[in-house]
Amino acid sequence: MKVADRVERTPPSGIRKFFELAEEADDVISLGVGEPDFSAPWAARAAAIDALERGQTSYTANRGRADLRAGISEHVAQYDLDYDPETEILVTAGASEAVDLSMRALVDPGDTVAVPQPSYISYAPTATFTGAEVLPVPTRAEEGFKLTDRALREAGAGDADALIYCYPNNPTGAVMDGEALRPVAAFARAHDLTVFADEIYAALTYGSDHDSIATLPGMRERTVVVGGFSKAFAMTGLRLGYALAPPEAVEAMNRVHQYTMLSAPTTAQFAGLEAIRSCGDAVDEMHEAYDRRRRYVLSRFREMGLDCFEAEGAFYVFPECPGDDEQFAENLLSEEGVAVVPGSVFGEGGEGHLRVSYATGMDELREATARIERFLD
Amino acid sequence: MNAERHVLDLLLADARQSTADIARQTDLTEAEVEATIDDLEAAGVVHGYQAVVDWANAEEERVEAHVELNVELDRETKYEDIAGRIANYSEVETLRLVSGDYDFAAVVVGTSMRDVSAFVADQIAPIPEVTQTVTHFVMDTYKRRGVDFADHDDDERLSVSP
Repeated sequence: MKVADRVERTPPSGIRKFFELAEEADDVISLGVGEPDFSAPWAARAAAIDALERGQTSYTANRGRADLRAGISEHVAQYDLDYDPETEILVTAGASEAVDLSMRALVDPGDTVAVPQPSYISYAPTATFTGAEVLPVPTRAEEGFKLTDRALREAGAGDADALIYCYPNNPTGAVMDGEALRPVAAFARAHDLTVFADEIYAALTYGSDHDSIATLPGMRERTVVVGGFSKAFAMTGLRLGYALAPPEAVEAMNRVHQYTMLSAPTTAQFAGLEAIRSCGDAVDEMHEAYDRRRRYVLSRFREMGLDCFEAEGAFYVFPECPGDDEQFAENLLSEEGVAVVPGSVFGEGGEGHLRVSYATGMDELREATARIERFLD
Repeated sequence: MNAERHVLDLLLADARQSTADIARQTDLTEAEVEATIDDLEAAGVVHGYQAVVDWANAEEERVEAHVELNVELDRETKYEDIAGRIANYSEVETLRLVSGDYDFAAVVVGTSMRDVSAFVADQIAPIPEVTQTVTHFVMDTYKRRGVDFADHDDDERLSVSP
């Protein structure tokens, strides 16, 4: 059967190769996992079970249950985000659907989407699937992998139509505070860019509070904020996310959503509502655990002499590695049974680095870092 | 969260981890971690460090009972006095004063039900202030000190994911 050109042109993710290598190997400790090692808080799981027992297995409203949208509206107020649950919130099947919808609803074929790199692997393919051109915008280790107006300018993003980024960042763990976001916002305003701000890791910011670009002057009207339950509430498999945007954007995204997804998973919506209502303490505990592991891993890498900037968000650190990162990761896996993801699979600027996830128990982190130390010797 | 609370949390999670590992997970130096632990012990916050044991999986007979104790006080005898006498027995693993229908909640351990029954009947019940004992033998333990005994730690996640 003939495969569509735009799919044919999109190579499979470089992560796939490491997944296959890791699956084949024995006694592997994986620091290559992009999801929490915790289960969703029990109260959220119980709400899902309860909804199933009550037989609540039908579709919901396209935009998601009204009580969940109201809950999301209250939940994001902690980031000074103010969105009307009736017209400005769309509940989606994971944040990934929200990313996809924002591109399909707000980007035309032939438009250019600027994608800071290293970056989560899905943005460029998602843009390609909509028929848009991708403009990579490299970020630098010496700037803590923050996006700057200079990087945007140098990459020629002034001519782009949209910008999509993720901070706190996967794969680097970098964060952008209000001060760092301000010049990016000014650039977006000056060049009339639509901004897709993937803030899925907002709850996992250490040492400071998360700032959203949508709170800066003149940004709310041009920004889609993407959020979700996967990372903060450890609910990846339940597939529940949301988009926050001005009414006309939510209306457009909902038009695609209603024809393609209809509604986000109903069981997950019940779990999500309970998560927002009663799982704050569980989120705090997970946050605390991640922060300790983050310090531990950064300390160990420093002891080994690996250069690693102070990642302050998500659950990744992004150390430099000697030599070619793909070869390093392959050898580390085959010789010591530790899986990490080579930075180059996340795009320009990622080469020579490793994405190391600390969404893994302390015992595994101790053993894995001991193996990495042995490998380096 | 202050340094003492950080260290306490880490000890609660895993008291066997080294001070070096505790230091790596906090903003403290090893020396500061050691000093903090010394302070916690000196202040009577930390009284000891123990394993969480699922005796059902150990090759050893061990019986545990929760014993409710009612006592009668007089002018000369306070709760602490009675508690001191009961707590001295090595068979008494835990002893607490509680609100509700009875006064003390004890956990008594022995090698058999007969052993535990005999201890309660021969040593606890005869204490003059003790007016009543009710013994509940533990049939099974599902969770203890925050550790779920049914948890097998299977990691079902994909080994590498974006």
